[in-house]
Amino acid sequence: MDIQDQDATARWEALGSRDPRSRGTAMEHISQEVMQRVESIGPIPATVPSPVATAGHPTSDLNDILARLLMLSKRCPFDDVRERCVWLLQNVQDFGVRIPRPLGNGPSRFIPEKEILQVSKVDPRTQSIFEDAFAALGRLDNISLVMGFHPQYLESFLRTQHYLLQMDGPLSLHYRHYIGIMAAARHQCSYLVNLHVNDFLQVGGDSKWLNGLDGAPQKLQALGELNKILAHRPWLLTKAHIEHLLKAEEHSWSLAELIHAVVLLTHYHSLASFTFGCGITPEIHSDGGHTFRPPSLSQYCVCDIANGNGHGHLEERRGNHQVSEVSGEVEVLMERMKQLQECRDEEEASQEEMATRFEREKTESMLVATAEDEECVPSRDVSRHFEDPSYGYKDFSRRGEHVPTFRVQDYSWEDHGYSLVNRLYPDVGQLLDEKFQMAYNLTYNTMAMHKDVDTTMLRRAIWNYIHCMFGIRYDDYDYGEINQLLDRSFKVYIKTMVCSPEKTTKRMYESFWRQFQHSEKVHVNLLLMEARMQAELLYALRAITRYMT
Amino acid sequence: MEKMSRVTTALGGSAISGRTMFCHLDAPANAISVCRDATQVVVAGRNIFKIYGLEEEQFVEKLNLRVGRKPSLNFSCADVMWHQMEENLLATAATNGAVVTWNLGKPSRNKQDQLFTEHKRTVNKVCFHPTEVYMLLSGSQDGYMKCFDLRKKESVSTFSGQSESVRDVQFSMKDYFTFAASFENGNVQLWDIRRPDRYERMFTAHTGPVFCCDWHPDDRGWLATGGRDKMVKVWDMTTNRAKEIYCVQTIASVARVKWRPERKWHLATCSMMVDHNIYVWDVRRPFIPFATFEEHKDVTTGIVWRHQHDPYFLLSGSKDSTLYQHMFKDASRPVDRANPEGLCFGLFGDLAFAAKESLISGDSNRKPYLGGDRRYPIFFFKKPDLTEQFAHVSSALSVFESSLESKRMDWFVKTALLYLLGGKPFAELCDHNAKVAKELNRPQVSTTWTMLRLMFSDPANLSTPGPNNISKLGNLPLMNSFSMKEMGTESRLDRSKGESRQDNIHLEPGNSLINSNNDENEETEGSEGQAEYMFGDAELDDDDLYSMEHEIQAVEEQEYTLPQEAFPLRHEIMDNPSVPEHLQQDKADSPHASGNEAEVMCLTPIESLSLIAISQPLFSPHLPSRFFCPVVREMLSHYAEQGDVQMAVSVLIVLGDRIRKEIDDLTQEHWYMSYIDLLQRFELWNVSNEVIKLSTCSAITCLNQTSTTLHVNCSNCKRPMSNRGWICDRCHQCASVCAVCHHVVKGLFVWCQGCSHGGHLEHVMNWLKSNSHCPAGCGHLCEYT
Repeated sequence: MDIQDQDATARWEALGSRDPRSRGTAMEHISQEVMQRVESIGPIPATVPSPVATAGHPTSDLNDILARLLMLSKRCPFDDVRERCVWLLQNVQDFGVRIPRPLGNGPSRFIPEKEILQVSKVDPRTQSIFEDAFAALGRLDNISLVMGFHPQYLESFLRTQHYLLQMDGPLSLHYRHYIGIMAAARHQCSYLVNLHVNDFLQVGGDSKWLNGLDGAPQKLQALGELNKILAHRPWLLTKAHIEHLLKAEEHSWSLAELIHAVVLLTHYHSLASFTFGCGITPEIHSDGGHTFRPPSLSQYCVCDIANGNGHGHLEERRGNHQVSEVSGEVEVLMERMKQLQECRDEEEASQEEMATRFEREKTESMLVATAEDEECVPSRDVSRHFEDPSYGYKDFSRRGEHVPTFRVQDYSWEDHGYSLVNRLYPDVGQLLDEKFQMAYNLTYNTMAMHKDVDTTMLRRAIWNYIHCMFGIRYDDYDYGEINQLLDRSFKVYIKTMVCSPEKTTKRMYESFWRQFQHSEKVHVNLLLMEARMQAELLYALRAITRYMT
Repeated sequence: MEKMSRVTTALGGSAISGRTMFCHLDAPANAISVCRDATQVVVAGRNIFKIYGLEEEQFVEKLNLRVGRKPSLNFSCADVMWHQMEENLLATAATNGAVVTWNLGKPSRNKQDQLFTEHKRTVNKVCFHPTEVYMLLSGSQDGYMKCFDLRKKESVSTFSGQSESVRDVQFSMKDYFTFAASFENGNVQLWDIRRPDRYERMFTAHTGPVFCCDWHPDDRGWLATGGRDKMVKVWDMTTNRAKEIYCVQTIASVARVKWRPERKWHLATCSMMVDHNIYVWDVRRPFIPFATFEEHKDVTTGIVWRHQHDPYFLLSGSKDSTLYQHMFKDASRPVDRANPEGLCFGLFGDLAFAAKESLISGDSNRKPYLGGDRRYPIFFFKKPDLTEQFAHVSSALSVFESSLESKRMDWFVKTALLYLLGGKPFAELCDHNAKVAKELNRPQVSTTWTMLRLMFSDPANLSTPGPNNISKLGNLPLMNSFSMKEMGTESRLDRSKGESRQDNIHLEPGNSLINSNNDENEETEGSEGQAEYMFGDAELDDDDLYSMEHEIQAVEEQEYTLPQEAFPLRHEIMDNPSVPEHLQQDKADSPHASGNEAEVMCLTPIESLSLIAISQPLFSPHLPSRFFCPVVREMLSHYAEQGDVQMAVSVLIVLGDRIRKEIDDLTQEHWYMSYIDLLQRFELWNVSNEVIKLSTCSAITCLNQTSTTLHVNCSNCKRPMSNRGWICDRCHQCASVCAVCHHVVKGLFVWCQGCSHGGHLEHVMNWLKSNSHCPAGCGHLCEYT
């Protein structure tokens, strides 16, 4: 049985090979096995009341395989595999076995499926990135698909993530995934938690740990506090926290391990933001990504699986309607940018004015209400991976005690953070640096339907606004610009996504920048994610530096 | 103004005096600059902007330029520069992007003169032209450099670095129109001040940001750059392409670099992160700093030589809110502390040793320094100051070849191979090991084994040599004096050994007697049935050993032991899959080790009983093992400290439970680790594995379970097998098929490294008996070692 399992895994992995022949043979093996099983079970009588009741070993096993085939039929970057999977599923259905169909519409709840790149129709560069990702992980996750809007960034993102999780590093593999789980659970991001629970078990992690942080080694438990602070109020991090982790007798962390852990934590905090911000749906082959129930009449028919059509017509129509209403929005924004550009040279804001503008922006950022309505449903009980669930984002400026403003000029990523990370965890500094730069400088010089627009200002405003929410100040930035460029609904979205991503709703996503394209909204999400990661990293690294000096 | 009256001139160089001193600032400093006559220094930072006077004994605060009720961001300085021509003129770069000039001659409290807010981002650097009074250059994060004429309200020209942030700008000391700019993307650009449209030349100096650059004060073509990649590079700009002529590797990113005045090859650096020291390097000796200043407690942010013609005073400001004046004579010289001796082992045990010539020749006097050293050019000849050079150490290198036999570690290897650590009765193990040691000319070790046997196997055996031995035991820790004296007793012991063995054989039929005695012996643990079985087993072994003693020993024994090691090894591999669960348990013993343990424990009493039957009346059975333990413990520690960890571990294993509880686990683990490490260095994998197996420390036994992953390439498509299992996931063939029987090999797989065909060990062995070509039919003449 064991060997059989291994063979099976090997076969699934062979589907990621770049060699079409070996993919073909692997597919052949799989289809043989599936058909064999299907024949042995025979057609499931249609009268069986609920599939769950009959889910004996062979059936549930088969169902897993079918779900996986379904995933491949949609997500595999190789067309031959996709075609074969569709064909195979249809064959299975012809036998009278119920086949699964995907729930939801594509990788994101917010973006209609047809807007997102189809794995079948991408340019060669994206194709090769997808293929690499598929070969490395045996899957192409929804996050990558959505990021596929921006292939340059995706490449850098995947390289960094691969290095953090798979390559040389001070932490063992299962620790890395567990830290990922801890970080994602902090934001109740069941998508990421599920993803990494699987990976965690695959690299030989102890399933006892998954029962909660109490089940994990004390060393990881000690990290819980850091995780908590970092996720919600990183400005409270002091060198005492670091010292506590580094000097804990036999459960202590080494500096290199700590850096690795910190990078992982911040990576997953911000990735959770992205996941919620783009409404990433569960993977097709995991729980909640597919169903065996026959579709009800109101939904689309099974044959759509083959065509890859979702239902997005209704929303689309609604969207069009809105567009006509607010068509002036983009132009207004562009006009403002132009004005700011011009009048900067003329009008001189006094220094006091600048300082108060930052304070005002800071205070205003907290007045922006985050949650409008709560509709998130954590499918898995993720709360057991962290403690103290009541601990959440508190506004930086509202609290009683005064925390001094973090000045970027005194501790910046480029000068200080990079050196520290690269010293203790070689190459990662470089990778992160590239990723930050990529996110910050990414532009196509377009805004909605306008071309050749310099968006530097807008991007900088977004980046600095996020840092502002974390109390990080750029001396050389006029925070008045933020007010000009970012309207209220956009601020609400940013604030929610960065501070309590689990409360992001589709309505928020739709209500900002209504005329912009989805790719541009994803771009904004990337900015938010990286800015947040850098903000957290800066606080963590500063605390470590202070500990070291 | 009063302070201006105190003008000193550069001539003579004797005008400046002082000592190493410091003062506390109120806030961290970002940059410092010194006025031309070297009497005052300005310190600028986010919350500080002050001028200090440099007196003989101390710093004196002269002026606070940070005035006004609401300090604006214009006072938050990233950089500051004092004009080198005009004493009243200063410029600062503000973090908010403003460039501010200050005129100290102003009568009002606020000395601010001009304010330029043309830069959009933080200004990283300002630089006055070295000779032109009104020309100021700035470099900013927004990627632009601007040249200001201080008589006008705005910049006269703007230089675009193509959107990359500018980290440093420096006017050339010699070329009137040239300035250098360093960038965040690793480039350095050279500009002509008259041509703002395009840079003259550009080259990539570092990977990652170039934080600083500095022109050589004398040599017109030299530019030093320092970057985040922890390097300082010196470029020769006189040639067509900038040529890197020196490179110094530091331990942290380089924040500032400053050439030392009057010293052609020296430059000072400080770092941006982690490292707080200031280093002065001689670029020709990039591996060790020429001098180090270690006073600061936090990163040094600004360094400046106090006077442009005086190499002995260095000023520095730091994040730790102090301002220091360092005297060069007070610097620490790493080279003095460095060890000029070097020692290295060659591949074959040769030893190379380099040391000061004086030490080796026995000549204690240093050779007088010859003034005419051609490597030191003219400027030295004015003041040939010995302290200004690297200490000259000429070393002699001697190589000691090890003679083929004597110095080698042969004894170690042989001992490791020949020692028996388990699988036999305790006494025999001791005897065997004693013999091995003796043959290898190690009488002391041999004797130790013999004595261990006497101490632990049997109290009764001490009847004759007993008192003798005990008196010797007192001496045990002093092993050095021990070996000679023991030679005599040893033969005697040997004889008694022989006797005991004979006794043993004689008693063979008396099984029942032994069994009944079993109950009396406190160490007994096995059941009677087991004991019987074991006894038979042991007798066989005993016979083997005994008969062998009559033959030629050394060679025979080697042949004997090798297969012995091979068998358990193979066995172990098959066992392994089930082992890990065991390991988790507290019992910690691998099934094998505990099996052996049981064997030994059952056997010892039995064997000894035969002797007890003779001499039991003389000694109470309680005395021996407990009694000797402290001594043995000391002995083991002694061996371990002497470097013979082999002995310590071997004894530990052979004695097993008798001694284990006496020695704390950490020490044991330490010994085991050292021994295993040694064994692996000698590539004695089998022995090391056996030791791991026999050890009882859980930390050691689990070594066998770690890094057991073997990466294999598919024999078919030559690609790595990415997963477990026998099928290659790329070409979908069974990867490890036996070339003889065409079945998948799921055990030991042997293959030819030439053609990568192979199969079951025994199949291939059989095949090769009759053939020399590859069984797969590829035509390769396979070779197996």
